[in-house]
Amino acid sequence: MTLPGSWEMVVGLEVHTELKTATKMFCGCANHFGAEPNTNVCPVCLGLPGSLPVLNERAVELAMAIGMALHSRIAPSTFHRKNYFYPDMPKDFQISQYDLPINSGGYLDLPDGSRVTIERAHLEEDTGKSTHLGGSGRIHGAERSLVDYNRSGVPLVEIVSGPDIRSSAQARAYAAELRGILIATGASDGRMEEGSMRIDANVSVRKSGDPFGTRCEIKNLNSLRSLHRAIDYEALRQIEVIEEGGVIRQETRHWDENLGVTSTMRTKEEAEDYRYFREPDLVDLAPEQGWQDRIRLSLPAMPAERRTKLAERLNAPTPAQLDAVGVVIDLDLEVFVNAAIDAGVDPVLAIARTANELAGGIEGIKNLTPDAFTATLLMEQSGQLSATQAKTVLGELLAHGGEPAGIVAAKGFEQLSSDSLGSTVESLIAENPDEWARYCEGDEKLAQFFIGQVMKLTKGQANGKAVIAELQTRR
Amino acid sequence: MTEALRREDVAHVAKLARLSLSEEELELYTEQLGQILEHANDMSTLDLEGVVPTAHPFGLINVVRDDIVRLSLSRDVVLAMAPDAEDGRFAVPRIMGEAP
Repeated sequence: MTLPGSWEMVVGLEVHTELKTATKMFCGCANHFGAEPNTNVCPVCLGLPGSLPVLNERAVELAMAIGMALHSRIAPSTFHRKNYFYPDMPKDFQISQYDLPINSGGYLDLPDGSRVTIERAHLEEDTGKSTHLGGSGRIHGAERSLVDYNRSGVPLVEIVSGPDIRSSAQARAYAAELRGILIATGASDGRMEEGSMRIDANVSVRKSGDPFGTRCEIKNLNSLRSLHRAIDYEALRQIEVIEEGGVIRQETRHWDENLGVTSTMRTKEEAEDYRYFREPDLVDLAPEQGWQDRIRLSLPAMPAERRTKLAERLNAPTPAQLDAVGVVIDLDLEVFVNAAIDAGVDPVLAIARTANELAGGIEGIKNLTPDAFTATLLMEQSGQLSATQAKTVLGELLAHGGEPAGIVAAKGFEQLSSDSLGSTVESLIAENPDEWARYCEGDEKLAQFFIGQVMKLTKGQANGKAVIAELQTRR
Repeated sequence: MTEALRREDVAHVAKLARLSLSEEELELYTEQLGQILEHANDMSTLDLEGVVPTAHPFGLINVVRDDIVRLSLSRDVVLAMAPDAEDGRFAVPRIMGEAP
């Protein structure tokens, strides 16, 4: 979206990611999404008196891995109590990092070549989950809320970007790239629909070249699409307010996915005073060089590097092919592409079948082995299978697993491509003597007629090139 | 030397902590808390040039535990402690507004 006039948006994002640990941040309760309510709770995460937090080593390591992937500086850090009252926070404070976060500074380079700076990436604990019940139609008339503390104390890393983002598309690209990094480091499963990655967007507008305007913070965006839409809406709203002579107040806003609008949650006048103070029950965190080095050595290649490597296997790739490379990396499917290319499959074909057919059937990817994928593509490349047949075989492999040769035989693809195609062509020649005569006199258009007839008889399973070959040998 | 603690400061902190204080209590706590702060302020009269700030009495760092699941409490036990429960969850009075 282009903003009207010479308006420009300025956006910074705060991305919260739940860490993929076995246990919570400060206790041994399971960190498990989707469990029965209040089955993963203990005195620590329920905030019962006398309970004491003990930091999860793995959470620290994943936080460091995120920082390293974002080129942050790992620094000695401390924990604070952020005090507020809300039922989903049973201790009445959240343990978070405040002035000394574990990761400071850094940057993230996006596929379009732009760079977004990172201010910090700190550790904190998640809150419980409340469900609000309406009063109407219920036996016990009073409106109330129900709270599940399974999520209470789940480790989070909050990644705060600089105000470097200038469009909703760039915000989306940043969030997508960051999500790829979180998955690559093993820090997160990146499942936004389950709330394991949530985004707050700070949005302001200005005339190009002016100083930053007053910003509003949009809370809890749960999908890349919401992020994109909410930022566009908010920038346009602010421009309208300003152009009508109003002023933007610094406030926190809520995004309504159904209505497609943001609305005021609370204004700066009601601003929070969280009375941050040092968490006396936790000591400082200062990972020594050896610990940091071990994490750094265990880091796998990040998406950007993997994209570059895969694109190098293509000769002068087109923008569409580069997009396909992006899809392959996003879905973690390089193993299929590389196996196929190494076995002699054309890289363009290998990437196309992966980015289209495998991506389209990604829910069945566990059923497919790189060997089966490679064998199918080799058959397509040699002409033994038509493109349509190869796609059918891949679809079958994704749906039910198995071996390509067996599927080819079961579908009758094999016979079709050898003897039976020849006999089909011969019977068609016999049934259509006039067309055959004209074809033999040099009317090439009639080849299409015969291909059409073959396709009709074989329900589209024949290979067009193979039909022409059969015709030419009989001409 | 920092400024003396004012009655309004105590009232503000009490409000943040959801404490309802009477006029007499405000008076009393302003005086008592003021004395504590004054005592703490004595520190600033000391020459602490070159002394590393200490935020914790223990000299420990990096106290961590292994990421191994331990048994949680039984839900029945947990919810029995709550004033009210429904559908396996804690029931609380209707929440006004969203979380900070």
